[in-house]
Amino acid sequence: MKSNVEKVISVSNLTKRFGSFTAVDHISFDVCRGEIFGFLGANGAGKTTAMRMLCGLSRPTEGNGRVAGCDILTQTEMIKRHIGYMSQKFSLYSELTVDENIRLFSTIYSMTDVQIMEASSRLYAELGMESMRRTRVSDIPVGWRQKLAFATATIHRPDIVFLDEPTGGVDPVTRRKFWEHIYKASSEGMTIFVTTHYLDEAEYCDRVSIMVDGCISALDSPAALKRKYHADTIDEVFRIVASEAKRDE
Amino acid sequence: MSVFKSLVKKETIHILRDRRTMLITILMPVVLLLLFGFAISTEVNDVRVVAVVDRHTDMSRDLLQRFEVNDYFTFLGLADPADVDRILRSGMTDAAVFIRTHGERLVTQIVVDASNTTTARAMTGYIDGVINHSKPDDLVLTQTLYNPRMKSAYNFVPGILGMIFILICAIMTSVSIVREKESGTMNLLLVSPVRPHTIILGKLVPYFILSCVILAIMLIMSYTVLDLPSSPSVISVVLVSLIYIILALSIGLLVSTIVSTQITALIVSAVMFMLPVIMLSGMIFPVGNMPLLLQGVSCIIPARWYVEAMRKLMIQQLDISYISTEITILLSMTVILLALAVAKFKSSTR
Repeated sequence: MKSNVEKVISVSNLTKRFGSFTAVDHISFDVCRGEIFGFLGANGAGKTTAMRMLCGLSRPTEGNGRVAGCDILTQTEMIKRHIGYMSQKFSLYSELTVDENIRLFSTIYSMTDVQIMEASSRLYAELGMESMRRTRVSDIPVGWRQKLAFATATIHRPDIVFLDEPTGGVDPVTRRKFWEHIYKASSEGMTIFVTTHYLDEAEYCDRVSIMVDGCISALDSPAALKRKYHADTIDEVFRIVASEAKRDE
Repeated sequence: MSVFKSLVKKETIHILRDRRTMLITILMPVVLLLLFGFAISTEVNDVRVVAVVDRHTDMSRDLLQRFEVNDYFTFLGLADPADVDRILRSGMTDAAVFIRTHGERLVTQIVVDASNTTTARAMTGYIDGVINHSKPDDLVLTQTLYNPRMKSAYNFVPGILGMIFILICAIMTSVSIVREKESGTMNLLLVSPVRPHTIILGKLVPYFILSCVILAIMLIMSYTVLDLPSSPSVISVVLVSLIYIILALSIGLLVSTIVSTQITALIVSAVMFMLPVIMLSGMIFPVGNMPLLLQGVSCIIPARWYVEAMRKLMIQQLDISYISTEITILLSMTVILLALAVAKFKSSTR
């Protein structure tokens, strides 16, 4: 990793305990601006808990760190202004129209009316969704929804966007297209922090980390990881690393 | 537009676009009110009576005539004492009156079909009244205060209100919050810069407004269609209802922080809050008649106090100072539940 690049996420010894159970165990890593950072791990490895701490939703039991220049212990409200979030569960209001969703979320991120106008017309042009403005989200195809959800999560131009299994339950073609949007956002300087179960997607990331039992067991670029574990694909790497797991799902 | 306003707008759109639920919430109270007001009543209007007379005297003839001319009775005629049992069993009559002349006095016995205790009690009361009125010497004057015509609709209005607000506020609110948890949109709001209390208020305010609209409809109907006597107490009625609405909203919020699926939200709110309202609030079964244990349980049911307060205000036309106990209890329940709900909600976001 180049040290002259700005670090937008930097955490050290981040730990979360629920009673006697340690969900996340002293993890430390940095993510640079514009990077696509893959956050892998089996179910129950502690991915979601770690991500919640980074988003300011959950308070770490131990450790510290900064996200988008804000302290994750004391400036959680500030963090929320600088991040976008999209989850596996389709995350828009399906009873609202496309336009109403966009307006709602841009208002929540305190954008002015002028900014909303500009941002939404740019978004419609990019996605080619002008004709669907007044359509209810429940009535548009899944592939479009996914793109729309991503566009909405990034409408306020956040420093970092957290994608929690964004392509869950989507066909390969749509997934491929979705990643084009991710690349575009990353090329514009947005940092992408993504968890996924599709290990072919991990190959698209600049760097990936693999969480096992609350710890980060491997962290490097996909190519370097494959070299290290003498594997052909990230899928193989994952199997090797995750086989050390002792925790049940 | 401010964040709060846009959240309220979003919720309002959700309520309005869900036509079916909307229709149910508006129509149900209206239908219930009309049903209880006109169709269903615990009053007994047509009591079929047969009489068994041992000897025809002026006194017995006079009594029979009273039954014949009374609107509440259908006098079926005289019956043979041996036949009475059969007639009652076959359901041809509701009651039989045995009249025996004992010197200068009439001795009477009422035999009544008590398969339905409520109507049996009412019928006995009527027959008793007719018989007693025929004896001017030891007449007991009864005056029914507050509801002189004994209209049962009056009795049900407070109960229906108590039920409806639990339905809209507790059930609808909890289901709608849990729906956002299930669909993942709640997470979106939580990772956004919106403060938790803004999210809560944005959720509650639309349902509060909906409840106020329904309160207005119900009160207008009660005072016009049902002829409930209107009086200055209307302001107190509204005031107490508003407290109760906020209380029900807190219940909804609390339920939503505890459960995680819409169906459990529905079941928890319905079983834990709706059923007790119907059974234990005194809406149908008087609290005073319950076993002590149930009376104790009814004390923690908000609707009990609300229904009691509403009865005093709407039917007895009492001043607000008479219901200070009920108001105090409702207020403290509201404060406790709301504090609990908000604390739970905040901790669930941590």
